[in-house]
Amino acid sequence: MNKQSKGPLVHIVKRGSLPWYAAWGIRALAIVLALIACALVTTVTTGENPIQVYAAMIDGAFGTARKTWITFQNMSVLLCISLAVTPAFRMRFWNIGAEGQTLAGCLATAACMILLADKLPNWLLICTMILSAIAAGAVWGLIPAIFKAKWNTNETLFTLMMNYVATQLVAYFVILWEVPKGAGKIGIINQSSELGWLPQLFGSKYLLSIIVVAIATILMYLYLNYTKQGYEIAVVGESERTARYVGIKVEKVIIRTMAISGAVCGLAGLLLVGGINHTVTTTIVGGRGFTAVMVSWLAKFDPIIMIFTSLLLVFLERGASEISTDFGLNQSFSDIITGIILFFIIGCEFFINYKISFRKAAGKEG
Amino acid sequence: MKKIIALMMALCMVFALCACGQSEAPAEDAAEAPAEENALADLKLGFIFLHDENSTYDLNFINAAKEACANLGLTEDQYIFRTNIPESEECYEAACELADEGCDIIFADSFGHEDFMIQAAKEFPEVVFCHSTGTRAHTEGLDNYHNAFASIYEGRYLAGIAAGMKLNEMIEAGEFTADEAKIGYVGAYTYAEVISGYTSFYLGAKSVCPTATMEVTFTGSWYDETAEKEGANKLISNGCKLISQHADSMGAPTACETAGVPNVSYNGSTIDACPNTFIVSSRINWAPYYEFVVNAYLNGEEIPADWTGTISTDSVLLTDVNEAVAAEGTAQAIEEAKAKLVSGELQVFDTATFTVGGEALTSYMADVDTDPDYEPDTEAVENGAFMESKFRSAPYFDVQIDGITLLDTQF
Repeated sequence: MNKQSKGPLVHIVKRGSLPWYAAWGIRALAIVLALIACALVTTVTTGENPIQVYAAMIDGAFGTARKTWITFQNMSVLLCISLAVTPAFRMRFWNIGAEGQTLAGCLATAACMILLADKLPNWLLICTMILSAIAAGAVWGLIPAIFKAKWNTNETLFTLMMNYVATQLVAYFVILWEVPKGAGKIGIINQSSELGWLPQLFGSKYLLSIIVVAIATILMYLYLNYTKQGYEIAVVGESERTARYVGIKVEKVIIRTMAISGAVCGLAGLLLVGGINHTVTTTIVGGRGFTAVMVSWLAKFDPIIMIFTSLLLVFLERGASEISTDFGLNQSFSDIITGIILFFIIGCEFFINYKISFRKAAGKEG
Repeated sequence: MKKIIALMMALCMVFALCACGQSEAPAEDAAEAPAEENALADLKLGFIFLHDENSTYDLNFINAAKEACANLGLTEDQYIFRTNIPESEECYEAACELADEGCDIIFADSFGHEDFMIQAAKEFPEVVFCHSTGTRAHTEGLDNYHNAFASIYEGRYLAGIAAGMKLNEMIEAGEFTADEAKIGYVGAYTYAEVISGYTSFYLGAKSVCPTATMEVTFTGSWYDETAEKEGANKLISNGCKLISQHADSMGAPTACETAGVPNVSYNGSTIDACPNTFIVSSRINWAPYYEFVVNAYLNGEEIPADWTGTISTDSVLLTDVNEAVAAEGTAQAIEEAKAKLVSGELQVFDTATFTVGGEALTSYMADVDTDPDYEPDTEAVENGAFMESKFRSAPYFDVQIDGITLLDTQF
């Protein structure tokens, strides 16, 4: 009679909070396992040496000074958009419209550069670009927020749909401003005069966006953790009823937070068009509005941790693209590698939050 | 505690960033050092492609690059292929990275890469930048930036002859009357290259089937499989008896195969996927240009701002005719017309063969020098023909001739 052994073989238990070193140990282990899994897949499917593949990834992201700068520049843009979605997420407002909000900022910047370049002095042009990009992003974030606050529409669907509206708007203006006729592209705006191009800092064309986003990261960290508004966001996120009970105007917080969310996206759009690309296309944001969701979640909505998660994702992307060049592998292969690594990283959060206990062997005695 | 450690790590990273920024700066200068000795063994080529082999357009370039490198006897470490480079700042970065890695000549294949190539060419005066399909080299005045194209309108014209003969065959078989001989054409944008392409194709078809008319639809993208398929289906339901396309996916050819409508392809043969409808395909062979540039570079000769490949340079090719679908005698008719084009006896845009608004074209100011206002600047009609690819390599024929209906011109 072994009554004790009737329990299930595997048992999942919610953990209390782990000490930080144990949590990070699990994460490190996940990355090691991910690399081993990728190595297996690489060797089995392509016959390439996995160590060389990893070396190529590091080389692709940090191989030369230029590559390192580009990696950090890409990271700054992704981080900026991630910062933008974070306050909304903390409020449990699922803003997946960062792509469109950034695109709105891009379009506003490009519009100023094309239409006002010969009408305003350059400093005034740049000020106009900054203001209109931030305003455009904010408006794109405000529209779903107002509908949510007034009529409780579904913000996930609404913000998602706004992405497509923004893409189509850009598509329309690209055809309107195309050069040459019928080409379907704008090309570099003011290439010879460089009017409306954001200034270079210390002679480096990569540094501006890095510094701007570094400042934005610190400000966002302070805003979320040490201001009354940041606290209101957290309370609304925890429980709207509690927020109402303590006298927080929930509608106001939703609208204000989404305006900030959109404005920071607009800032990312400004950097993308005014500082980096100097053109606008429908694909200029390149899915970063969605990758930002992952960056923010992986970092548990903490702006400082987001520095690392955004670096990780940009590193994976740049490294993966290097693999496809070095080994003549299709771009899809690098997507597979990225997918495996992300699977392990996201999956390990399960083991941080839950404990798996096996049935005790004690029953066998009976 | 966690926050403090995170902050410290962030600071470390900022320092690391500053450190590598400073320490590696001299390395960059070294990479920019001029390479005066142009020996074949020291040569390194860089290639930038918009997509990878899955796009018929890029596959055509990739094959040409491989062929040229093999013909020149380059070893594998003497050329670098960068695929999936979008038409954005990433193209500039890719070009700079290739220059950093010691490439002497850098090629890019997509029209939208041009501005970013020019940007890189200004930064690396020692490196030669060659951009296919671009329009700005002759006005930009950079010694190290060059454009190239091929007289693909001649290839389209020859493919058009195959189309016209197929229409004739179907008319004789009683499938439809001569007045119903309508060709459908799926284009990408209302861009001169596309207009030049469908017009030359139409003129080729009309030269053997005088009653032929044409309908053209535009997808608003160089690569959009769904839109191209939809476009082809729309044209077929409008009564088009034969389809051709100027866009880079398999959308239109597969739509034709499904509907059983003959198709004249572009960029390469689609016979494997469409054995029952594929007639012939024209394409640009870029290998002669790549070899020309490399040889000119090695010999220290000047590379022209604009280079136009022709049938004679083997830059304009037609695939084998699919005898199972094509009308009898197609291959021979193409050969005969080809000989006439080479000898100059035949001109594709001979103004005697088409009318504009019911009248012959005697003068036309084309927009050869690219500017935001699309200002026409060059007289293109000479000696009774529109001189395509004479004043710059990329096509600039954008005249709307009679017999061709444009369905949607918003792109």
